[in-house]
Amino acid sequence: MRYYLRKLGFYLIATWIAITLNFLLPRLVKGNPVDVILAKTQSSGPMPPEARHALELQFGLSHDPLIVQYVHYLGNLFTGNFGLSVSNYPTPAIDVVAQAIPWTLVLVGLSTVISYIIGVVFGSWLGWKRGSWTDGLLPVSTFISAIPYFWLALVLVYIFGLTLHWFPVAGGYDLNIVPAFTPEFIGSAIYYGVLPAFTIVLASVSGQLLSTRNMMVSTMAEDYVTTARAKGLRQRRVFGSYAMRNALLPSVAGFAMSLGFIVNGSVVTETVFSYPGVGFTLLQAVQNNDYPLMQAVFLVITLAVLGANLVVDIVYGFIDPRTRLAN
Amino acid sequence: MTFSQQELAEPDLSKSEPDLSDETGGRRIVRRGSWKFWVGIAICALFAIIAALGPLLAPNPNQTNSDGLQAPSLQHLLGTTNIGQDVLTQVIAGTTGSVIIGVVAGALTVVLSMIFGVGGAFLGGKWDEASSLLSNVFLVIPGLPLLIIVTDYVQSRDILVIAVVISLVSWAGAARVLRAQTLSVRSRDYVDAARVASESTWRIMLREILPNLMPIIASQFVFGALGAILAEAGLSFLGLGAPGGRSWGSILFFAQNAQAISLGAWWWFVPPGLCIAVLGAALGLINFSIDEQINPRLRTLAVLRPKAKRGGK
Repeated sequence: MRYYLRKLGFYLIATWIAITLNFLLPRLVKGNPVDVILAKTQSSGPMPPEARHALELQFGLSHDPLIVQYVHYLGNLFTGNFGLSVSNYPTPAIDVVAQAIPWTLVLVGLSTVISYIIGVVFGSWLGWKRGSWTDGLLPVSTFISAIPYFWLALVLVYIFGLTLHWFPVAGGYDLNIVPAFTPEFIGSAIYYGVLPAFTIVLASVSGQLLSTRNMMVSTMAEDYVTTARAKGLRQRRVFGSYAMRNALLPSVAGFAMSLGFIVNGSVVTETVFSYPGVGFTLLQAVQNNDYPLMQAVFLVITLAVLGANLVVDIVYGFIDPRTRLAN
Repeated sequence: MTFSQQELAEPDLSKSEPDLSDETGGRRIVRRGSWKFWVGIAICALFAIIAALGPLLAPNPNQTNSDGLQAPSLQHLLGTTNIGQDVLTQVIAGTTGSVIIGVVAGALTVVLSMIFGVGGAFLGGKWDEASSLLSNVFLVIPGLPLLIIVTDYVQSRDILVIAVVISLVSWAGAARVLRAQTLSVRSRDYVDAARVASESTWRIMLREILPNLMPIIASQFVFGALGAILAEAGLSFLGLGAPGGRSWGSILFFAQNAQAISLGAWWWFVPPGLCIAVLGAALGLINFSIDEQINPRLRTLAVLRPKAKRGGK
């Protein structure tokens, strides 16, 4: 129980730090959304000061002391009020993000799971076969794991999209189809999602594979594996019940880092494919100086990653009882 | 290049004669680990030389001429961009930028992770709690979104500023690894012995503990440099890099903006990405062989005849 409380406490602190960073960063440095809107409308003549004030009210900008703004900001967070998106004015920023979330959740979620399973299964097999010809695959996967996601995306677009015409190169679905829960729309979304998902899986699988392989090789040197062999257990049983089970523990614990890499990678991948997800929204917000939207996207990504990590930590406590006792 | 080919051929030799006698086996293990290391070092050295000579080899990467979007030819070995810039010249100039980012950010990452990882673990108590809490928090906060936001807020985007920002958001993983290792080294007998001999704290830290951390610090530097090069490439590709700065990522940014892909100008976007991947793979190989040195179990031949396990970690 203490283990779970500690974990919960840690994620609460992490969330608080993320929220506070999100509050402080824009206020420490740069201009505000009102200036952006005013700059946009400058061509249509000068704005009266009242209009500026009205806009400031609308965006919840104030000249109060920081601490007052902070309390106000925290209050707004709980009601999901991030202000209005500048680039999609006057849609609230949170609605813009909400539209993007399902796309990223399905794309990144599925690709992460697929890449994890392939990496773990294939990686433990490579570890089992260590010292044989399979070691020749290691430099290859080191090379693949160093390829930047977006470049891989560009190359795949060039090969499969523009040269072979197998897959569409941009967007999340056929724009001629009305978004709804029809087989037609879902089919189109899957068809458009194949190439981005393939990019993320291909770019992320190698890292998982290498670390699982190395863990497997280390585990194979443990005495209990030697004992299992000496007892004359079947190879399959030694592989599954003795070596692989233990080799997998660190890869569960290392989930935070691999998820981080995948989230980073999918932000740029979505951009290459103009995929209507959270990462592409973040970039558009940055390009349009849409600060309310930027804050909302950053917070949503952070909370999602923190939530996923919390779940993994809780699961880890179940599968490895030692962690619960350690503290 | 003959050197690395020789090294590359070696694993084949060892495979053809699977002799596991202790002597040759032992020697071969060292060689096995080292071909990865030397190939990695050779590639890194090559890129470092290109980066250092960059200003001489490519004094004017932005020079345009009338024949845009030319496929590779003798005159332009890697073709030209849409406004007639020579891609090879651009890639050479980009090498300088990317390598600088890698070295500076890698070094800063090491410094930060030493402060929070080694420092915390060595001092122990509250310091350790606080610094490991901080590094765990930074570990779970997604890096690139934070990086995008921070670089967008930073007023003057210089290539060095980018390097600093990258290391500020990415030191946490290295700190955690270093902390774990410091904790393990700190509790070893010879450190206790040094304490009993009333050596000063600084001396224990510098003479007893630090040397045993060096392989891990080196590996974290390599890892940090690799991460920084990738992060900078991503940022520049998104148009958030240093304005006017030259790196492989910024070439890709301009290629993407000029529709290089739809125009079929593969010679424009393939070389910079390939450079990133090759340099990245070289750094990865170095790390792999450092891992094999630190963790002898990873040396594949040694695994076949396990020695008595050392107690504790």
